[in-house]
Amino acid sequence: MSAIRAIAVSKAFGDVQALDGLDLEVAEGAFFVLLGPSGAGKTTTLRVLAGLEKPDAGTVELDGIDAAGATPAARDLAMVFQSYALYPKKTAAENIASPLTARRMPKDEIGREVRRVAELLRIERLLDRRPAQMSGGEQQRVALGRALVRDPRAFLMDEPLTNLDLKLRVAMRTELTRIHRSLGRTFLYVTNDQVEAMSMADQIAVLRNGRVQQVGSPAEVYDRPVNRWVARFVGSPRMNLLPCRAAGDRLTGDAWALPNPGYATTDGRPLTLGVRPEDLSLDRHEPAASLPATVYATEPLGDRTLVDVEVGGHRLQVKAPPSVAYEVGERVVVGVELDRIHLFDAETETAVAR
Amino acid sequence: MARVQVSGLRKQFPDGTVAIEHLDLQIEDGELFVMLGPSGCGKTTTLRCIAGLERQTAGTIVVGDEVVDDLRPSERDIAMVFQFYALYPHMTCRDNIAFPLRAQGRPKAEVDAAVTEAARMLQLEPLLDRRPKRLSGGEQQRVALGRAMVRNPRAFLMDEPLTNLDAELRADMRAELKHLQQRLSTTMVYVTHDQVEAMALGHRIAIFNDGRIEQIGTPLEVYERPASLFAARFIGSPPINLVDVELTNGSLTAAGGLRVVAPDGLRRGDRLIAGVRPERLTVLPPGAEEAVEGRVVSREALGDETIYVVDAACGELHVRMPPTAPYAAEDPVAVRFEGGAPPVYDPTSGQVVAT
Repeated sequence: MSAIRAIAVSKAFGDVQALDGLDLEVAEGAFFVLLGPSGAGKTTTLRVLAGLEKPDAGTVELDGIDAAGATPAARDLAMVFQSYALYPKKTAAENIASPLTARRMPKDEIGREVRRVAELLRIERLLDRRPAQMSGGEQQRVALGRALVRDPRAFLMDEPLTNLDLKLRVAMRTELTRIHRSLGRTFLYVTNDQVEAMSMADQIAVLRNGRVQQVGSPAEVYDRPVNRWVARFVGSPRMNLLPCRAAGDRLTGDAWALPNPGYATTDGRPLTLGVRPEDLSLDRHEPAASLPATVYATEPLGDRTLVDVEVGGHRLQVKAPPSVAYEVGERVVVGVELDRIHLFDAETETAVAR
Repeated sequence: MARVQVSGLRKQFPDGTVAIEHLDLQIEDGELFVMLGPSGCGKTTTLRCIAGLERQTAGTIVVGDEVVDDLRPSERDIAMVFQFYALYPHMTCRDNIAFPLRAQGRPKAEVDAAVTEAARMLQLEPLLDRRPKRLSGGEQQRVALGRAMVRNPRAFLMDEPLTNLDAELRADMRAELKHLQQRLSTTMVYVTHDQVEAMALGHRIAIFNDGRIEQIGTPLEVYERPASLFAARFIGSPPINLVDVELTNGSLTAAGGLRVVAPDGLRRGDRLIAGVRPERLTVLPPGAEEAVEGRVVSREALGDETIYVVDAACGELHVRMPPTAPYAAEDPVAVRFEGGAPPVYDPTSGQVVAT
């Protein structure tokens, strides 16, 4: 049974169709990430699930039961937002305790709960401080702690790491997966950052224009994107694209040709070849599976160097070893890992089956 | 284009704040030189001193062969390029590029010639009659550069020009800027707080900290051999592993038995910090030799690689692995060091130990 389920949910705000027949199934205990650009409907989805917005059509089920009549409180879902919204005059301990105080839980029980959560979040030493005496990351943890004391059915998190700096965001990703494991509760996490989604999720639903484009494990979404849009949205640096056609047993583009590794399309309609930067190489290539290219720029990043090349007037990025050196304008041959290429219909943008 | 030399630069503001203590820099003709550091480290102040927008308290700035200390910004022949999208939206590309010369009241024939030349160099000819709105981000960037180029500056100064762009556009603009700079061999001084941008763009990078320079080097030098713990921490994501080690029997040993190849010239019993990049470690099944035992805290599958955080006796270790690595969170594992000697640091001074 799914912990959270949305069936054909639609929601419009005036002329804007925020959700357009959205289907979603979140398994009990999963770390499930809704990934999409701003305006995709991620936050609206969370608000509909939490009962803060009423859908125009469709059904929300919690543990298999229609939630239509349930108030937000009865749904028992804890929301965590990107702004910390702590009480400035209360200590961390009082902030964390506030949902329990409001429920008039006995004092010693509250104390136990706060200590349990503080230990989980590793913020024991902060408990007596006020928000102004804490860093942004510490405040975010306290806000998380306030959600955790409630022991709800599931946690809904709306871009909770957005306002943190890069170093802290990376550290908090590790923390959140650890917390998720030790709680064993369902996390439904919203983000526009594909690295966050890839690094934390068991399952990712990629959202665009109020519709789910693809659901799968990070590896599935990365290795087998269902369409060109998902292919470009997931992965950094992005997947390279080249216009081409299939003719006979070849894929041909502007000034290049590759063997067709088994795609069942030979009718000559316009296609787009997709290949990720790590599936291209400058040092090893077979004559049959390579592209003639000109070096446009090199970007050393320490653990790798991105080499920007031009192939038939189109720009591609190649992931190369750290110490490579090329001149701008130098002619090179780019090897293609044929087993790893993707093919999309240029018109419908959906992936061509292999 | 020209080289830029900064000697003995000091800047103290009227309120007593010392933004730059003592700075020496030599930026070569045709070089893209990046000044990198956190906010408040003095990088922007240095740039503004070079531009003449701030007067230094002490020290000398030379552009080409000319001391420019007493020259006004407009007399220095240096172009300051701010955020690239700051074009006039109601003007065509041609008018945007021509604007600085027209503002100076130059004759029309001269303005036209300069615009034509800039457009040719930047491959903007077909776009000259379009407005900025109808251009891609990369094209707008070239127009902004063209506007700076027509004044025929001796160097370009850029202060976080890509900061407010979304990640996708920023990556495109980065490659575009690097390509243009290399093709045109312009001298560029580029300020950023983004270490990825600094690495990708710079011929050399100066890492600033608190009004001083921690290190100047090529991207590979600052990545592979950071001069100080500060520089080591500032560059690289996931972060470098800083592991407490001791020299025993010719190699460095960390708590839990992790063995790290020692650089030559260390003394037995020395206590040091080894700077180990995540790609220099490997996750293995438990029981591996010369490795430290630990437990996987997190596994981040990023598609082209997987980042592991392993809790071990010598601390939490970040390890960069291929996407096929089979270990899951909570798995008991071993972590081993691979390859040649890493840089090692004196824990007291925080400086790299010369070996």
